[in-house]
Amino acid sequence: MTELFVLIEHRKGEIRDISFELLTCAKKIAEKENLNVTALLLGSKTDQIIDKIKNYAHKIYLFDDPVFENFNSEIYQKNLSDIIKKESPLLTLIGHTAFGMDLCPALATELNIPFSTDCLNLTFEDKKLKVTRQMFDGKLNTHEILRENPSYIITIRAGSFPAVEGNFNAEIVKLSPKETTEPEYRKFVEYIEAAIGDVDITKSDVVIGIGRGIREQENLEMIEELAASIGGVVGCSRPIVDADWLPKDRQVGSSGKIVKPKLYIAIGISGAFQHVMGMKNSDTIIAINKDPNAPIFNEADYGIVDDLMKVVPILKEKILEMK
Amino acid sequence: MDIIVCIKRVPQTAEAEVSIDSTGKSIQKDRLTFDMNESDTYALEEAVLLKEKFEGNITVLSLGYPDTDDTLRIALAKGADNAIRIKAENFENPDAFQTAQILKSVIKTINFDIILTGCIATDDAYSQIGVTLAELLEIPHAALVIKVDANEQRTHVHRELEEGLIEHLDIKLPALLTILTGINEPRYASLIAIRRAAKKEIQQLGKENIELEDLVINSVIEELYVPPVTKQVEILTGSPSETATKLAGIVKEKGLI
Repeated sequence: MTELFVLIEHRKGEIRDISFELLTCAKKIAEKENLNVTALLLGSKTDQIIDKIKNYAHKIYLFDDPVFENFNSEIYQKNLSDIIKKESPLLTLIGHTAFGMDLCPALATELNIPFSTDCLNLTFEDKKLKVTRQMFDGKLNTHEILRENPSYIITIRAGSFPAVEGNFNAEIVKLSPKETTEPEYRKFVEYIEAAIGDVDITKSDVVIGIGRGIREQENLEMIEELAASIGGVVGCSRPIVDADWLPKDRQVGSSGKIVKPKLYIAIGISGAFQHVMGMKNSDTIIAINKDPNAPIFNEADYGIVDDLMKVVPILKEKILEMK
Repeated sequence: MDIIVCIKRVPQTAEAEVSIDSTGKSIQKDRLTFDMNESDTYALEEAVLLKEKFEGNITVLSLGYPDTDDTLRIALAKGADNAIRIKAENFENPDAFQTAQILKSVIKTINFDIILTGCIATDDAYSQIGVTLAELLEIPHAALVIKVDANEQRTHVHRELEEGLIEHLDIKLPALLTILTGINEPRYASLIAIRRAAKKEIQQLGKENIELEDLVINSVIEELYVPPVTKQVEILTGSPSETATKLAGIVKEKGLI
């Protein structure tokens, strides 16, 4: 049977959630296209990970070696290109993560396999692979058709396929890795943990998130006052940290903090998916933005389409009045 | 240290309304402003910082239409030494992969120690070109770089992973790095520098000037469309005073004040 490969992602010995999402996506496609789901697990001391994924796949290809403990795209690429060449799966799914972005384009280019990145969905239509993606700061979606080929590689955006456990009982096939020496031209040195700051935004019931829309650093004061009136903390999207207006530990999003407060107020945030990943599970989401088509309104429960400079000061006054 | 920076001129859509044009495959561009792609400005600044430390030459390279010359001139004003525009009008809607192929054909004629690119273009958002280009050139790479600490032979880099975790790598040069926003503070070009850059020549490369290999297109856009609504938002209407009052009422109702 034709194969559908899923690359399992793990870090510091823990499987990452994207792996279950990829396997869920794979099952959906496999049922429709009559494919065999094979998880590719390159790791070391993998018993725990195998336990967690064995219901999600028909088969697990296990490459067990200490060199796979930490991610190095070069060594992953050498082993993956070998197995993909040998088995020519119809599709290989990789997460659109820091790991996948570093690996997929090089792997697919080496193999001369058509690929697409950051896909939200994919379907085969008349043997052609059609993917759904987003462009222009997430404001528009696209359908794209890939060059016809017996094999494809796709990276999938996190959160696109909520994990649903399968009822497989994967056969585990141990394979000997082709390459287990880390190349001297790219060496993993260490992981460095994020510094711990004075405010932990993940512990607050109310988070006010600010983005590019606040325009000037001096407008931060107005936001701090709003946060004080409601007893919340100020978080932000990436551009605010890039501009050094707030420290990195205030960043909400996939490369920052994941927050789940009772109330999240997004002010001047357009809603790039990296930010949304960090706040979409908040109980109530309010968005204030002047662009009615800003993607953040697709995540919000309540919205105000207006100039934040006009709304925020009045909002603070009204909250203080109602207290 | 010789550095190549690949840049792209893109519409600035983060804070603007975006609408689809009559072809259904692109956007209406007349009311948008265009500028250097955001992460590319950080890549350029990192190149200038490296040049300040090691001396050498910075070449900025872009596949773009004639108006890309304006963006390349800004790069010259900020510290690049040479600028090359590959004429996009000579190619038919290249995708990210084909763009990488075209860039490779030009780069292989230039000496370099490091290639820097932005980690993502805000228009098509593939995050493909840098890593693809490295593979085509058969040099090592690192994507999503937030710190560069180089010497003449190698560079230590920090890659930003999820949830603020950093991966520290040691890479041999020549190499390609895709640069994240926030790695540095991009400088503004001074008026004098802009005036001086206005007189500099921008090398224009047409298809006939480039030794191209077989070009491949991996993906073709079939249609653009407005993302479907997944969650029904309740938009509060009225004057700022009215909407703010309604909002404060909702916050109170939820027991948060």
